[in-house]
Amino acid sequence: MEFQVIWFVLWAVLWAVYFMLDGFVLGTGMLHRFLGRSEGDRKVLIRTVGPVWDGNEVWLLTAGGATFAAFPGTYALMFSYLYTALLLLLFSLIIRGVSLEFRNKIGSDRWTGAWDAGIIVGSALPSLLLGVAFGNIFSGLPMDAAGYHGSLLSLLNPYGLLTGMLFVLLFLTHGSLYVSVKTTGELSDRATELAHKLWYAELGAAVLFLAATAVFTKLYDNYLNAPVLLVAPSLAVAALLGIKLFLAKGSPLTAFASSCVTILAVVATGVIGLFPNLIPSSIDTGYSLTIFNTSSSTYTLKIMTVVALVFVPIVIAYKVWVYRIFRARITAADVLGSEETY
Amino acid sequence: MDVVDLSRLQFALTSMFHWIFVPLTLGLSILTAFMETRYVRSGDEMYLRMSKFWGKLFLINFALGVVTGITLEFQFGMNWAEYSKYVGDIFGAPLAIEATVAFFLESVFIGVWIFGGDRISKTAHAVSIWIVALATNLSALWILLANGWMQHPVGYVLRNNRAEMVDFGAMLTNPYGWLKFGHTLTSGYVVAAFFVMGISAYHLLKKSHTEFFQRSFRIAAVFGLASTLAVAVIGDFHAIEVAKTQPTKFAAMEAIWETQRNVGFNFIVIPDTEKECNAVEGLCVPNLLSYLTFHTADAEIKGLKDFPKDERPPVMPTFLSFRLMLLLGFAILFMAILAVVYSVRGTLELHPLFLKLMLFAIPLPYIAGQLGWIVAEVGRQPWIVYGVLKTTHAVSQSISPVQVYASLIGFTLLYSGLGVIDFYLLSKFAKKGPAPYGAALAGSEIPDSGAAKDLQPLKEEA
Repeated sequence: MEFQVIWFVLWAVLWAVYFMLDGFVLGTGMLHRFLGRSEGDRKVLIRTVGPVWDGNEVWLLTAGGATFAAFPGTYALMFSYLYTALLLLLFSLIIRGVSLEFRNKIGSDRWTGAWDAGIIVGSALPSLLLGVAFGNIFSGLPMDAAGYHGSLLSLLNPYGLLTGMLFVLLFLTHGSLYVSVKTTGELSDRATELAHKLWYAELGAAVLFLAATAVFTKLYDNYLNAPVLLVAPSLAVAALLGIKLFLAKGSPLTAFASSCVTILAVVATGVIGLFPNLIPSSIDTGYSLTIFNTSSSTYTLKIMTVVALVFVPIVIAYKVWVYRIFRARITAADVLGSEETY
Repeated sequence: MDVVDLSRLQFALTSMFHWIFVPLTLGLSILTAFMETRYVRSGDEMYLRMSKFWGKLFLINFALGVVTGITLEFQFGMNWAEYSKYVGDIFGAPLAIEATVAFFLESVFIGVWIFGGDRISKTAHAVSIWIVALATNLSALWILLANGWMQHPVGYVLRNNRAEMVDFGAMLTNPYGWLKFGHTLTSGYVVAAFFVMGISAYHLLKKSHTEFFQRSFRIAAVFGLASTLAVAVIGDFHAIEVAKTQPTKFAAMEAIWETQRNVGFNFIVIPDTEKECNAVEGLCVPNLLSYLTFHTADAEIKGLKDFPKDERPPVMPTFLSFRLMLLLGFAILFMAILAVVYSVRGTLELHPLFLKLMLFAIPLPYIAGQLGWIVAEVGRQPWIVYGVLKTTHAVSQSISPVQVYASLIGFTLLYSGLGVIDFYLLSKFAKKGPAPYGAALAGSEIPDSGAAKDLQPLKEEA
């Protein structure tokens, strides 16, 4: 197999894992004021993501770094073409990170309230923006010999916004399921109940997205050529239905696992349709950014493959270990006087 | 201003802001890990309280270091797309490796350290902060190898309209990168040492938690002096490497206009960039510069006039930053020596003036570090990759001045706000002092510590 193809797969895996892991942090962040009726509840909710949010966000940085190292041509044009959108993404991620870290440093209502606003904005905006960005990647950007013809507003086209909505709903459901399995009592029940309701919205957005994808993108071409690939969207649909099924059976943990698979499979569905493009051109396919015309040299790709094959399994191993350490549900007793801890 | 100037300004602003937090992280992680190790080894609760007090300040600072780092990775693509396209084949690798090898490690184990107290053993808890310290230092290595490549590109060929990597090992062992790493890393340790000494001095002056801060001060003083010496020694080798590989930067640092042998070192210099000479030179030690640089008195040093005007860096900022950095370096060394002498003798409190000086000296290593970066980056101009690619050819073609103005204003506002909040939190918790005996254990999530609670009743005034 060519190294470009290996790196295309790795690139997709990094993004998919990022969405799966940060998805529940973003979802919890959007919901924490809504699910957490009391300050104690909110502290519990923040604590559920406290030990892991930073490590989860690094998947995004690694996806960015991998794009730079493996497909510098795409990295350069994607980041400069989407300048303002990425700036907003950056600002909101900065605000989320600082808000999560500083929220519990001082106990006053004004202090926590302000940072809670930061957590909500810093969680909702990245979810939406990443969805809009991927929607536009799926449908292609207006680029040709003269460069890029789009703007921030042109990114907010119906298909981009629909994908943005899909991401927001994926993460909201994902987050409420996470809260459901990471907390206890009423808080957990509230989250489970919310997941039940959110699921219908998620399903609606997913159906619309799959239909709109046929109209606005060429993603299905690859599937028509090789129907075996339909495994990915089938899995996405099955996992999505599984969420509801397992919720109805009273097993939020399995429902959460199903939600993880849903997110991975949705990303896989889109990315398989893209291949071999990384960003297609919507006006002149000759100017599409592909894994072949924007990749690094084989030498660099080989080195990076070795690095990835050695270190990514190590990363996964210690991340699994850390999730095991923190597997217990968080209760009010865990967060008592937590601002005094460090 | 055009897109190039605006983008340069924005990169300077965002990287210098990032560099407020990184050096303290590099050094304070090690000091905190050291204190916690002392606790695990000795069981002395004082060291637990130390690791918690300094650890809390470490975390406030760490949060901003993490979030402001993302900006830099994004900006290479956003503002410097032509650069990224041209050198991504070789420059992207260290950044991706940094994320994979160091960033994951740091971000995962910081979570373990903050929240894992009641779920892992005392030893594992101390190991996790050591892993964080190792990972932040490892992260710096990859970034400085990347920067070292921009300063002294190695292991590449120009092919397919870009720089392609042909020798990964050469980039990995680039002496320029390693010297820069050593110099920069140890300068971060100095920042942390002066941070700890300054805050300790504040409390010693107020006579609060005396023993706690005497011990903190002593640990930081020894660490600070060793690091300051390392900065100076590695810095000397680094300057020699600069003279060999970046003659224009070296000539600007020293304000040398004419190529000559037996170059002396003038303590007083005022360069005249219009007339391309030094308007004032005074207090000269003959042959010193030649000797320092190439270890022979008659070594030749290239002057700026040997290079075309459009390949020379701005002389004034390079020269002044370098001189001021050196000056601060000597002041820091002097203070570090006194700090060790007084704290080892246990006579710190007999020198209130010195303690006051140490409090106000907290910013000095920070400033020296920023000046060092100005020398490194302004001195590299007009090149973005020395001798290979000019900065003016590196900027993104698709962005407009309006976009960059807007982002520059956005960064300025956001970062100012974050800076104020960070300073507020740091000074609040620094002034508050450590938790009293018992509280550190009660509030801690470290198990089997209840027994130790009564061992050392409040033996110092709160």
